[in-house]
Amino acid sequence: MTTVALENVSKSFGPVKVIEDVSFTVEPGTVHVLLGENGAGKSTLIKMIAGIHQPDTGRVLLNGEPVTLTDPRAAERHGIATIHQELNLVPSLSVAENVLLGRLPTKRGLIDSRAMRQQAQKALDRIGLKVRLDRRVGELGIAQQQLIEIAKALSIDASVLILDEPTAALSSTETDQLFEIMETLKERGVAMIFISHHLDELPRIGDNVSVLRDGKCVAVVPASTEEAELVRLMVGRSIEDQFPRRRGTLGETLLEVSDLNSAGTLSNISFSVRAGEVLGIAGLVGAGRSEVLRAIAGADSYDSGTVIVDGTKVPPGRIPRAIAAGLGLVPEDRKAQGLVLGATVAENIGLATLFRRARAGLADLRGQRESAQRISEQLRIQMHSVDQQVKNLSGGNQQKVVFGRWSLANSRVMLLDEPTRGVDVGAKVEIYQLINEVTENGGAVVMVSSELPEVLAMSDRIAVMSGGQITGELDASTATQDSVMTLAVKNVDDTSEETA
Amino acid sequence: MSSTTASTTGTTSTWDKVKHFLASNGALVGLVGLCILLFIATPVFLTGPNLLNVGIQAATVAIMAFGMTFVIVAAGIDLSVGSMAALAGMVSAYTFATSGWPGPIALIAGLLAGGLIGAVNGFANAYFRLPSFIATLAMLSIARGLTLVISQGLPLSTPESVNFLGSSLGPVPMPIVVMILAGAAAAFILRYTAIGRSMYAIGGNMEAARLAGIPVKKIQVTVFALSGLFSALAGMVLAGRLNTASPQAATGYELDAIAAVVIGGASLAGGVGKITGTVVGALLLAVIRNGLNILNVSSFWQQVVIGVVIAVAVGMDVMRRNEASH
Repeated sequence: MTTVALENVSKSFGPVKVIEDVSFTVEPGTVHVLLGENGAGKSTLIKMIAGIHQPDTGRVLLNGEPVTLTDPRAAERHGIATIHQELNLVPSLSVAENVLLGRLPTKRGLIDSRAMRQQAQKALDRIGLKVRLDRRVGELGIAQQQLIEIAKALSIDASVLILDEPTAALSSTETDQLFEIMETLKERGVAMIFISHHLDELPRIGDNVSVLRDGKCVAVVPASTEEAELVRLMVGRSIEDQFPRRRGTLGETLLEVSDLNSAGTLSNISFSVRAGEVLGIAGLVGAGRSEVLRAIAGADSYDSGTVIVDGTKVPPGRIPRAIAAGLGLVPEDRKAQGLVLGATVAENIGLATLFRRARAGLADLRGQRESAQRISEQLRIQMHSVDQQVKNLSGGNQQKVVFGRWSLANSRVMLLDEPTRGVDVGAKVEIYQLINEVTENGGAVVMVSSELPEVLAMSDRIAVMSGGQITGELDASTATQDSVMTLAVKNVDDTSEETA
Repeated sequence: MSSTTASTTGTTSTWDKVKHFLASNGALVGLVGLCILLFIATPVFLTGPNLLNVGIQAATVAIMAFGMTFVIVAAGIDLSVGSMAALAGMVSAYTFATSGWPGPIALIAGLLAGGLIGAVNGFANAYFRLPSFIATLAMLSIARGLTLVISQGLPLSTPESVNFLGSSLGPVPMPIVVMILAGAAAAFILRYTAIGRSMYAIGGNMEAARLAGIPVKKIQVTVFALSGLFSALAGMVLAGRLNTASPQAATGYELDAIAAVVIGGASLAGGVGKITGTVVGALLLAVIRNGLNILNVSSFWQQVVIGVVIAVAVGMDVMRRNEASH
C-alpha cells in the first residue's frame, strides 16, 4: 500500500512555465483524476511521478517520504507503473515478449520460454484479456494493444498506477472491461492516477479530480461533480452546449453507397446521405466502421458495389478520383494517416490540391500560402503562422488542418473517422461547429465515432454496424444509447474471435 | 506537451539569428572552416587551378547526389547510381563506336538508358513493394553486369559530344558548368514543382500523402527515374574527362553520393533535404580529399578521415534536432 503525493511542484521547459505549484495526494485504493485541456500540464505532471521529468522545485512523496525519481526504472523500483498515451509496444514481437519486455525470464543466459509464457499468461488473465501469446502485436487492433499495455504495466505488481488517456482508443465495452479491472485494483489498494477527456467516465471510476488550467491546479473536487461545472473549471468559462448541432434543411442526395462488399470485412453496405445531413456510424471497435469510410474514400479497394458522389460514380481504390468527385476523408489516426507532421500548416492544407492547382507542373506555392491563411482564419486554427510545422500544434488544431485541406479542395462529402479522438473539450466543440458549417454550406457528413453521446447528439441519422454489416438505421432524435448498443452487439458471431 | 509555446517572439537579436544560421548549417561552417585551415596550412590550396580541380573532383559525385537527394527526400535510397553512371557512359560509347550512331544521339541514348534503369528501380519499389534498398542493391549488380556484357570488359572510347562534357570551355571546366546547371535544375524541381513538393510529403508521411490523393506510386517511379538520369549525366562527365567509358567507372560512388546528401542535412528517414546542402556535402568531401592530397596524407588515411567526417556531420545534426524537438 502506497500513498503517493506531489508537494508544491513546479516545472519549466526553457522560459515556458509548464507546471506551477501543484500539490495533490492519492490514497491507496483510490482513483485520482487529472482533468484539463490539452497543454494544461497533465502529461508533464505524471511524467514527474513516472521518473521521466524531475520537478524544478517541490517534492514527490511516497508514504510521506520524499523520493528522487531520476529515471523510469527508479520509478518502477518504487512500484510505480505508467500506461502512456502513446503505446510503447514493439509491433514485430509477440504478445508474451511485449508483456515481459525488459524483464524476460532467463535460464543460463537463454530465454526461458516456458516461464515467459506462464508469466505472460498470468498477466493477461489478470485483466481477462483473451489473445494468443505468440501473436505479433502489430497484427492486433489498437484497442487490444492498449489492453496489452495495461497487462504489461500490471505485471510488475505496481502499487501506484498511472493511466494517461487509456480509454481514448477503446470502445465502450472495452472501457467497461478496463473499469472492472480498475475496480479490482482499487480493492487491492492500488493508488491510481487517471487522465481522461471523457467527462462521463469520471463519476464511474474516479474519487477526486484535480482540475488543471495553464499549469496550475484550479480546483480539487469530488468526481461526482456535475459535468457542466467541471467544464467550467477546465476552460475557465462555461460551454453552454457540449454538442451544438444545428440541424438545417436537407437537399439532394450527395452520397449513395449500394451493396458494398469486401471479403472478410464488409457485406452488403448500403446507405445514402443528403446535403445538409450528418449520418453517424456507430458500433464496436472491429465492426467495420473505419473500413466503410476507407472503401468509400478509395483508400482500400472492395470486391463489389457502387459509390456515387454527387452523381459521379467513383471506382474502387482510386483516391484521386474520389477526391475529384468531392469526397474528403479525415482519417482515424491523424498523426499516422492525416498529416505530414514535419511539413508546414500551409503545405498540409494544400496537400490535396497540390497537383490540381499546379500550372505546367509548377506548384502554386503563393496561392497555397494565401489559401491556407484564409482557411486557417475561417477554421480558427491557433498558430504562429502558416509556415509553422504542424507537429507543434495541439491535437484539436491539427485536426482542423485536416479539415482545412478538404475545405480548400471544396469537398462536399466529408468522411470523418473519430474526428474528436484525443482532442480536449474546447476543441471538440469547435470541431462540432465545423461539422455544422459543412452541412450549412450544403455538404454532407458521415461520422464514425465510438463516443455514443457524440453520435447521438451530432447525427441526424445513425447507422449501427456489427460484424461488417449495417444492423440497423435509427433516427437520431429518438435513438438512445440502449437502442444503439442493442444493434451494435447483434449478429456478432462472425467477429467474436478478436473483439473480446 | 502538445502546446510547444516556442518563444519565437519578435525580440530575436542579430546574434541569435547568426547562431541559428550556424547551428542549422553545420556542414557549410565545416566547409568554410576547413578551407581556412587549408589556406593557412598550404598556400597551394587557394590557387585558381587547385580550386577548379576541387570543383571537377566534386562535380561527378555532386551530380549523382542531386538525383540521390530526390530519392532520400522521398524516404528511399538508391545504391545503383554508380552502376547506372557506368552503364550510361558505356551505352553511349557502344552505340557510337559499334553501332555507328551519331555522337549526340549516342549521348541521349546513354542518358535515356540511365532514366529507364532508374524507372525500373522505381517500378520494383512502388508496384512490386521491394524496399528501395533491395531493389537498387539488385540493380547495382545488374547494371554493372550489363556494362561488362556490353563492353566485353574492355574500355571503349566515347563520342565527341560526351568528351565535350569533360573538357574545358576556355578556362572554365565543363564538369563544373554541368554541375551548376544540373544543381539548378534539381533545386528548381524540388522547390517549385508539384512533383518536387510531393516528394517531401511522401518522405514525411507516405500514408497521409496517399490519402490526400497524391499519386504516390507514379512519383516514386519518377523519383528513381530522375536519379537514374542524373547518374547517367554524371557518368557522361566522368567518361568525358577520360574520353573513355570504362566498365569499372564510378565503382563505389553510391556511398559518396549518399554521404554528400546526408552531410548536407537530409534525413534518411525522409521528408528533409535540400540541393544546397547536397552541394556543400559534395564540396566538403572533395575539399577533404584535395587538402589531404596536397598535405601528402596517404590515401589510406583519407578514407579514415572521410568516415569520421560523415559520422561527426550527421551526429551533430541529430543532436541539434533532438535539442530542437525537446
